[in-house]
Amino acid sequence: MSEQFPNITIASENSVIVYFSERPCEKTSSLIAHTANQLKTNLAQNLIDLVPSYHSLLITYNAVEIDHSIIEQHIDNAISCWPAEIKAQVGRHIELPVYYSLESGPDLQRLADHANLPVDKVVEIHQQTEYRVYAMGFAPGFAYLGEIDSRIAAPRLSTPRSNVPSGAVAIADRQTAIYPAQSPGGWNLIGLCPSLMFDPNQTPSTLVEVGDRVSFKAIDRHEFIQLGGSEELLTGDQS
Amino acid sequence: MSGLKVINPGMLSLIQDTGRHGFHNIGITSGGPFDNYSADWANRLLENSTSAACLEVLVGGLTLESQITTQIAITGAVSPIQINDTKVESWRSHNIVPGDRISISYATSGCRTYLAVTGGIQCPLIFDSASTVMREGLGGLHRDGRALEQGDILPCSSSQRTNTRAVSEQYRPQFDIDITQIRLVMGYQQDLFKPEQLNQFFNTEYTISAQSDRMGYRLEGPAITHCNKQMLSEGICLGAVQLPADGQPIILLCDRQTIGGYPKLGSVFSQDIAKLAQLMPGRKIQFKPLDLKQAHILLRQANQ
Repeated sequence: MSEQFPNITIASENSVIVYFSERPCEKTSSLIAHTANQLKTNLAQNLIDLVPSYHSLLITYNAVEIDHSIIEQHIDNAISCWPAEIKAQVGRHIELPVYYSLESGPDLQRLADHANLPVDKVVEIHQQTEYRVYAMGFAPGFAYLGEIDSRIAAPRLSTPRSNVPSGAVAIADRQTAIYPAQSPGGWNLIGLCPSLMFDPNQTPSTLVEVGDRVSFKAIDRHEFIQLGGSEELLTGDQS
Repeated sequence: MSGLKVINPGMLSLIQDTGRHGFHNIGITSGGPFDNYSADWANRLLENSTSAACLEVLVGGLTLESQITTQIAITGAVSPIQINDTKVESWRSHNIVPGDRISISYATSGCRTYLAVTGGIQCPLIFDSASTVMREGLGGLHRDGRALEQGDILPCSSSQRTNTRAVSEQYRPQFDIDITQIRLVMGYQQDLFKPEQLNQFFNTEYTISAQSDRMGYRLEGPAITHCNKQMLSEGICLGAVQLPADGQPIILLCDRQTIGGYPKLGSVFSQDIAKLAQLMPGRKIQFKPLDLKQAHILLRQANQ
């Protein structure tokens, strides 16, 4: 990989991956979203799939119909028509309710101890940042949000849980996320979000998309249940 | 709706169509037939559309009972197939009447058999596809990612057509190869690897590990010690070969996670994914580099 950006690299005979910068940033996120939208329109049915992520965009296309050189041209054109003045303000802002507590976040106390902060302070810091959805993957609707305040960053669990409940709000390194469905997982659980992050029977099926901005707002136990949260999940430790 | 009743689902039988495309951006993988070459032929024998849903039968053990008059076509692995008490051939279509029992026994060569029915299995779609991805809980008969179960009825339309067809010998793949050559289009982080590491990679006979499935094939061979650069997660395409810290390659396949953060050497040429689908754990493969231009020529030839 050269240090020149954007850099178009072969991924397979029908995929290329474009790297936009060394590190993820607001400008890169915005440029990735713009490029993805342009390619959707310009390649139409010859586009098979797009995977936007932190600093890259994977483009899979119909290589029988379209030459590699044409794809590169489409990418160059998309990037060059990026209206720099609207830059960072793409994506919607979404506020998600979270019931932070020891009964809904089995790792909250340990994370607070690790950070050498009171639990209340960890919860406050988690709500202070407006996060960017950098990528979606791992499972349908699983959104990687970044970056969290370094004071509350924490490494993944050495042994992942076999059963993380749907809606679990979690931290790993400087990322935070909400588990969209019950699954195994190794992130630190600090609360529960009653909102459904992924519903295959709804359109759109995910509550957030790559490029959106997300912030969290603390709710209490009563509000959690009123908003559809399941009381059965409030057992303290779900390990 | 009537159709084909599942008497015995076998080891693992999944409904697959061409897969789920256009949803990688929300973390939904593609699915689809692992051996798309055999699945395509099964549909082609019946003049079905290429997107018709068929069955992917792992190893075997499947028994179906027909409730309708129709035709089926079976391709893929070499398996003993019976309709009632009669042994029938693979890679051809067969006439079926109500009450017929179709059984696919354990594969003797290859490991995935495909069974298509005229008009395709009439499955409800989810994210535009019937493909079963168990890990995501999407697709299949109930749209929830379940594999076939005893008592399921695969809805199919009846058909009065009776002229059967067979795939000519030259188009049937050979599965009994000691070391299968797998072509690799170089790309992604190939520059992170030193020439001697790439040499080692292409000169190794890798064994397919027991921890291999539709999501990915883990390979066993002498470890390639590499710099293991910390990477940001990025999109993973079909066939991508990643090299985690332990130096044992993993090929990412139809049900792969859509993003990941290990260095990758490139991707298996799409026409060779079907070969992988027919290799059981313990079988050996060797990679061979394939030039991008050559790959495109081969793709276009196959499409003519």
